[in-house]
Amino acid sequence: MTSPRTLFEKIWDAHVVAKPTGRSPLIYIDLHLVHEVTSPQAFDGLRAAGRPVRQPSRTVATVDHNVPTEPRGTPILDPIAAKQIGALQKNCKEFGVRLFDMEAPEQGIVHVIGPELGFTQPGMTIVCGDSHTSTHGAFGSLAFGIGTSEVEHVLATQCVPQRKPKTMKIEVHGKLPEGVTAKDLALGVIGQIGTDGATGYVIEYAGETVRGLSMEGRMTLCNMSIEAGARAAMVAPDETTFAYVKGRRFAPQGDGWEKAVAYWRTLVSDPGAHFDRTITIDAATLAPFVTWGTNPGMVVQVTGRVPELNGTDRKATEQALAYMGLAPGTPIEKIAIDRVFIGSCTNSRLEDLRAAARVAKGYRVNSKVRAMVVPGSQAIKHAAEREGLDRVFREAGFEWRESGCSMCLGMNPDILQPGERCASTSNRNFEGRQGRGGRTHLVSPMMAAAAAIAGHFTDIRNWKFQ
Amino acid sequence: MKPFRKHQGRVVHLDRVNVDTDQIIPKQFLKRIERTGFGEFLFHDWRRTPDGKQDEKFVLNHPRHRGASILIAGKNFGCGSSREHAVWALSDYGFRTVIAPSFADIFANNSTKNGFLNVTLREDEVAELVRRSREREGYQLTVDLEQKKVYDDDGFAASFEVDDFVRHCLLNGLDDIGLTLQHESEIEAYEAKHPSPWA
Repeated sequence: MTSPRTLFEKIWDAHVVAKPTGRSPLIYIDLHLVHEVTSPQAFDGLRAAGRPVRQPSRTVATVDHNVPTEPRGTPILDPIAAKQIGALQKNCKEFGVRLFDMEAPEQGIVHVIGPELGFTQPGMTIVCGDSHTSTHGAFGSLAFGIGTSEVEHVLATQCVPQRKPKTMKIEVHGKLPEGVTAKDLALGVIGQIGTDGATGYVIEYAGETVRGLSMEGRMTLCNMSIEAGARAAMVAPDETTFAYVKGRRFAPQGDGWEKAVAYWRTLVSDPGAHFDRTITIDAATLAPFVTWGTNPGMVVQVTGRVPELNGTDRKATEQALAYMGLAPGTPIEKIAIDRVFIGSCTNSRLEDLRAAARVAKGYRVNSKVRAMVVPGSQAIKHAAEREGLDRVFREAGFEWRESGCSMCLGMNPDILQPGERCASTSNRNFEGRQGRGGRTHLVSPMMAAAAAIAGHFTDIRNWKFQ
Repeated sequence: MKPFRKHQGRVVHLDRVNVDTDQIIPKQFLKRIERTGFGEFLFHDWRRTPDGKQDEKFVLNHPRHRGASILIAGKNFGCGSSREHAVWALSDYGFRTVIAPSFADIFANNSTKNGFLNVTLREDEVAELVRRSREREGYQLTVDLEQKKVYDDDGFAASFEVDDFVRHCLLNGLDDIGLTLQHESEIEAYEAKHPSPWA
């Protein structure tokens, strides 16, 4: 009898290639996702050493961080951005890597298209030179972000040396209250454990609340786990997972499908499996959240207030409030906004856009607010257009744009101006993240849409849907 | 990769917790396709005013801290984005090591791959270093990776923990791709059993 193992340990054990003495184990990587920002120096390294890409078929590239969200075909005005995109095109061609380029119907944010195309599957190890790779753990895969040197390492060897992380179980029980989404659950978790609360850990989310989430919701939850410092986050695969993956272009087909599902069903933490830490959350205590500071752990319920200056974190609070231009004790619902961004690898999927459109329907964006919706991928954009969501947004005064990372990090022209305040469905409210001097408040898609219309934060639980 | 054995240098204290990689190197500088030249953009939005001038209030710009090569900071240093550019910027600026009570995982991995040492000390030890660096102009520390010790010439000494393999790579300046490829036969055997589904 083997001792009970966690989901993480099962995937880990299945991917250990070698255990060199005195060194970290070598882990085999099933899927390597690549984008334009963190890869050029890695390909240069391969060239310098005369090494090929070991497994081009396990390597998938797209452009997302730099791409403008203006209509496709508009030239990229930033010559350095154009050069970086050009470098990826050249590198993919030279090394035989599949690239979903600017004009491709499959283009989109790397963490959106991996699942959408069926590359992301339960039980896999997945890496990308991007911290939000944790997103893919929603499928019961072990997925984590790496730096450029590690990108080169994986390109060259299809392996990565990894120290075995610790395990943390976060169990969520009960039903999410109306108006409370996976984004709010994620922000609630980070608010509770802090931005380094999960450093060194792989989180497994469990409990009936998590089981009740759609794949989109699970992706949002796993996506944000890096904001608590987690190495990775995962949800055990179930019928919801299989239904999502089935029939996707790069998913197993035919007999291969049945075989795959049979294996995937074994990917659960065994009863009695040991976790290094366990946290339990009662979903009923959650509410829509809004961040008030300069990291995602600085968060409060929408009915709350910006904190007073006391306690142990006084200095950090002071620095954050000075940057955010907020006075201690300000009610969240009194904070007026200038911009709204609905998008990013956290919240740009069809379900997110539907939720935001439901709020926006029949209303107009506040005259003082500029609001944009950036679908996560071309496929999502077209699906949303087939449902008429683009019309709902446009009629309400939202801009409807092309897919990419956009204003989540503002590497393309979509940025905040100094002092502008933004309700954003993205994942980071760091200083300058969306543009130098810009002030970011993280919220769910529904909360962002409601803020766009009200001109300030407002409790979605009181919204009059039209 | 440049080995890291022992380094003596001047200290500068950045009085912040949760310094994220967006602060270390803002996104507008991630478009470069080289590994070099990031130093001038290190902490850009803190170092420079919006019109591009040096912000004299920022600690790295104080004349007494010019040439500092040891950065002391608060907990959870390097959180956020996986951008290795953060380590490249710190290195290129002239830092050899950061001392903090804790580091984010991806930043820590990236540091190792660039011969850059992260030294984790206890909060009270970091606080003592901060006190000493405030009191003494040109305060210097020695970070000795062979001994796993940080010390000054006036009685401060603290030990730190570091993974044995990380230490081995840093001491010898090893490129670990070469090490991994020593396991070619094991990788091949694994691949024979687990062929790519997309080949």
